[in-house]
Order: sequence, then C-alpha cells, then structure tokens
Amino acid sequence: MIDHLPVLLVVVPVLGATVPLVASLYTDRAGWGVAAATMLVHAVLAALLAQQVRTGGVVSYAVGGFALPYGIELVVDGLSLAVVALVSAISLGVLAYAGQAGPHENSFYSQFLLLVAGLTGMTVTGDVFNLYVFLEITGLAAYGLVASGREASAAVAALKYLIIGTVGASLYLLGVGYALAATGTLNMADLSTKLAAAGYDSTLVLTAFGLMVGGLSVKVALFPLHTWQPDAYAHSPDSVSAFISALVSTVSAYALARLLFSVFTVEFLTAVPAARWALVAVASVSIVAGSALAVSQSNVQRMLAYSSVSQLGLVIAGFAVATPIAVLGATVHLVGHAVMKGGLFAASGIIERETGATTVGGYAGMGSRTPLAAGSFAVLALGMVGVPPAIGFVGKWYILVGAIEAGLWPVVAVLLLSTLLTLAYFARLGERLYFAEATIRDEGAVADGGEHTDGGTTVSTGMLAVVVLAAVLAVALTAAVPALEQLLTDTLPPLLQ
Amino acid sequence: MTADPLQLDLLTSRYNYYAVVLLLGIGLYTLIESPNLVKKVIGMNIFQTGIFLFFITLAFRSGGNPPVVTEGGGPYASPLPHVLILTAIVVGVSLTAVALALIVRIYSEYGTLDEETLEGLYYD
Repeated sequence: MIDHLPVLLVVVPVLGATVPLVASLYTDRAGWGVAAATMLVHAVLAALLAQQVRTGGVVSYAVGGFALPYGIELVVDGLSLAVVALVSAISLGVLAYAGQAGPHENSFYSQFLLLVAGLTGMTVTGDVFNLYVFLEITGLAAYGLVASGREASAAVAALKYLIIGTVGASLYLLGVGYALAATGTLNMADLSTKLAAAGYDSTLVLTAFGLMVGGLSVKVALFPLHTWQPDAYAHSPDSVSAFISALVSTVSAYALARLLFSVFTVEFLTAVPAARWALVAVASVSIVAGSALAVSQSNVQRMLAYSSVSQLGLVIAGFAVATPIAVLGATVHLVGHAVMKGGLFAASGIIERETGATTVGGYAGMGSRTPLAAGSFAVLALGMVGVPPAIGFVGKWYILVGAIEAGLWPVVAVLLLSTLLTLAYFARLGERLYFAEATIRDEGAVADGGEHTDGGTTVSTGMLAVVVLAAVLAVALTAAVPALEQLLTDTLPPLLQ
Repeated sequence: MTADPLQLDLLTSRYNYYAVVLLLGIGLYTLIESPNLVKKVIGMNIFQTGIFLFFITLAFRSGGNPPVVTEGGGPYASPLPHVLILTAIVVGVSLTAVALALIVRIYSEYGTLDEETLEGLYYD
C-alpha cells in the first residue's frame, strides 16, 4: 500500500464522496462524519508521503502501471508536498468549522470531498492533460459548493463563476493541444525536454505558453480575469468561502508554478524575456488593482476577495522572478496566504453570526463584543500586511530579496507599494474594530441571520478554535520556513537550473 | 512558405482549422455578447466544440489507417487525441448539466433569463 500513496491521496476522497450520497437513503446527516473520517485518512496518507519524500526524495508513480511517459505520472516533490499538506490541513479545519456552521446536507459533503480530490489531483499530477481533468473536477465541485448558499444570488454567482471558469479551463486545454502538436507528449518531464528540442521561439510553443498560462490565470483570479471571485466568495456559505478562498486559487497558482518550472522551465523564461515580462506585468497590475479595489469596498468579504487578487498576484510575481529565493518566498506566501485568508473568511463568518456586522462600517466597536474572533481577525490581517514575525512577512521579504537580486526593479516598487495598500485596507478595519463607536446595537445580532445556510447564529467552540488556530499558525508557521526551504532545495534544483 | 503552390495548399487543405477558428469565435462571441443565460451556455458549448475539433484534427495524418494494430497496417492516425477528447466531452456534458441546473434555480427565483434584468434584481 505504501507504494501507492500518491494515487491513494486522490482515490480516497473520491470514494469518500460517494458514501454520503448512498447514505442519503437512510439519513441526511451522515455527511459530516464521513467527510471527517475520509479527511483523517487523507491526512495520514499525506503524512506518510511526507515521510517518504523527506527520506527518499521525489516520489514518482505510474498510474495503472503504464510505462512512462505514455501513462499518467504522479509526481510528489517538495513543492507539491507543501501544497498537499496544506490541502489536507485546511480541509480538516474547514470541516471543524462546518460542523456547526453548516451546510449539513449530505450532498454538500460529497462535493466537499470531490473538491479535495480535485485539488489533491492537481497537486500531485505530472501530466498536463490530467491536470486539465482535475482542474475541471475542482471547478465543478467549487461551482456546486458556491451554489449551496440558501439565497438564489448564490446560484447567480455560481453561474458566473462557472462560465468564466470554463473559458479559463478551455483555454488551458487549447494550450495543451498546441503543446501536444509541438511535441507529441503530455508528460510534464518529457515535455520539458521536447519543448526545448522544438525550440522556445517556435510559434506552437509560444502559443501553448500563452494559452496555458492565460487559462490558469483565470482560475488564479489575476486582474482583469478576477471578476468571478468577489461574487463567488461573498454569496457562498461561510464554510465554503473559507474553503475555496484558501485553496482553489492557491492550488491553481501552484499549477501555474508547476507549468513554469516543470514544463516550460526557467530556460524558457530566460530565452523568451517577453513571456517573463508579460507574466510580471499581469502580476504587478493584479497586485495594485486588487489592492485598490479592496480599499474601495464596504463589504468585508468582498474586500477579502479583492485582497486575494492582490496577494496571489504577489505569489505569481515571485514565481515569475524565478530565482531560488523568490520561488521560496512565493511558496511561503502561497501557503501563508491560504492559511490567513481562510482564517479571515472564517473569522468574518463568526463576527457576522455574533454581531450581524458585514460591512466595514458595521465592524465599528465590535472588537469588544466578539473578542476572540475579532482578535484573530486583527492578527491575521496584520500577518497579511506582512508585520514580522508573521508568515506574511517572510514570504514578501524573500520575494523582495529575489526581485532585488534579479534586478527587477518594477517588481520591487510594486511590492513595497502593495504592502502599503494592504495596510490601507486592513488598518481601516482594525481601527473600526477597536477604536470606533459601535453602530450596531446588540439586538442587531439576531436581525441578520438570512445569509446563513444552517445552524442559525450559534457559534461553536470548534469554529472559534479553527479561527484562533489559523491566527496562531499565521505566526507559528514562520518557524517551519527553514524546513520548507530544506525541502525545496533538496527537490527544486532540477526545476530551477 | 514562399512558393505559391504551398500557399494554395495551405488554403485548400486546412479547412478543418478554419472551422476550428470559426467555432471558437462564434462560441466566445455568443458567450460574451448574448444577454440570455441559456444562450451563453450554448456559446460555451460551441467554444468547447471548437477545441474538440482542433484536437481531432491534430490526430489526422494523410494515408493513415485507423489505429487497430495489424501486421503491415501502418501508418496509423494518432489515437491519443480521440481519447483525450472523449474525456473532455464528458467534462463538457457535466459542466452543461451543472450550468443548466443553476439556470433553472435562477429562473424559478427571479423569473428571468435575461442578464441585464437579472443584474437589476440582483443588486437590489
């Protein structure tokens, strides 16, 4: 069984996803238990895999035993391991949150597990077409989850997400077609050598790069392809927005990095400076525009969504700089952002339940009314700004150092500006929370319960624990950076030569 | 590509690719421009069909036989794109199903399929 770890990581959640549907014949509340059990198994498998990668280096697995590069390969190296661990940990956290916050339907947990399967698959796959399939599984599950909100506006947000997301994935597929035409292979490792043989300046290769990266940018939600994101995050149930804000864009950004380093390789970026500059430009515009849009929002969840546009732009900028230190920084920020953003959405959900506040104005004076959630929210927000010793600082710092080393001064300027802008929108919230007169009276708490799918306005210990844990992790993860660095230097050099 | 016959050849023998470009264009235009949600989904389908046709065309080789391996049967058309597109078609069908389910929900709630009317209701 130990040899089959990479494929089991995908198969276990898929199998788990079928159980709640069958269980619906007998009870409609079996979903949570099944999902929790499945995710515990998933976490154990991820831990075993981590052990394998740390002792034996990169793990490669041929699905169905078909000879590589013709069969589908699953590859787990330091980068994918970090993301697999992230998916596993955040899914468990979201489950602890959803236990009280809902939704409680069996079908919700089926989609939840399907999403986990899709995300894990995207992370471990070493095949560009397989990546497309998992991208679509992730997409389908995410559309369904967004639509699980009780309001019909959730369906509108989900449809918008579906149409834009499908165009993104289709463009990626078209890019795969061009790569296939240029090389005749779909395996990532094989592609990296054959693309070089086909010539980096060949039209086929350049088109493939543009379409694949463009398609994934839609899924990452880089500006101006982000328009699906604020609606999807703001209209879905709190558990869902915490989950997809933490993982869906994150794993897509990981997939983009995987394309850059494992398929097109750094030599391509050096050989075609226009490609690198295009990526840097899109990322930089994303950083600035995302922050500017976040500053102008009054709804807190929409602000957090636009903040994601900006922060993931930062991650992509780090990957585009493509020096080892910048890639480390981007990976740290990728993981850190996922933990912090998930935590922020979860905290905003608790604040809404306890006080009814959903807007920046409404947050006024709520610091004392919901001390734990507001305190965690403030810590996470400061972490996102990049106040040391939080993980947000380490990620940004490494990206900055990498950009300076590479002499990419526009990126340096944008990075510093973005920190200021991030401070602008989060400081405003912090000021409201702790130093402003309350605008919502106590009975307001019960008035605004409409947004919730289930569970009313009660907040469980589990929900609070998740948020506090996210805040603690936002600081404590800094201690894990050296271990991550070790892992990346052990497994990344082939990607970065 | 300087010789005339080759250019003529390009024009006459690559009509599959023109169909691909046409389908992609029509699909994307409908998806963006039509205010009707169902037509948007139809546009999405046409767009995907363009991509499917592109892959299938890639598999073609002149004089190629169906890829059923027999002695002296080669050269064969590439079977790989067909398999990929079978998968992609399944994905496309699931996406259409989910999209239509969402549209049913939207229609039953708002009573309209028109994007602009919907936006007016939605942001109230």
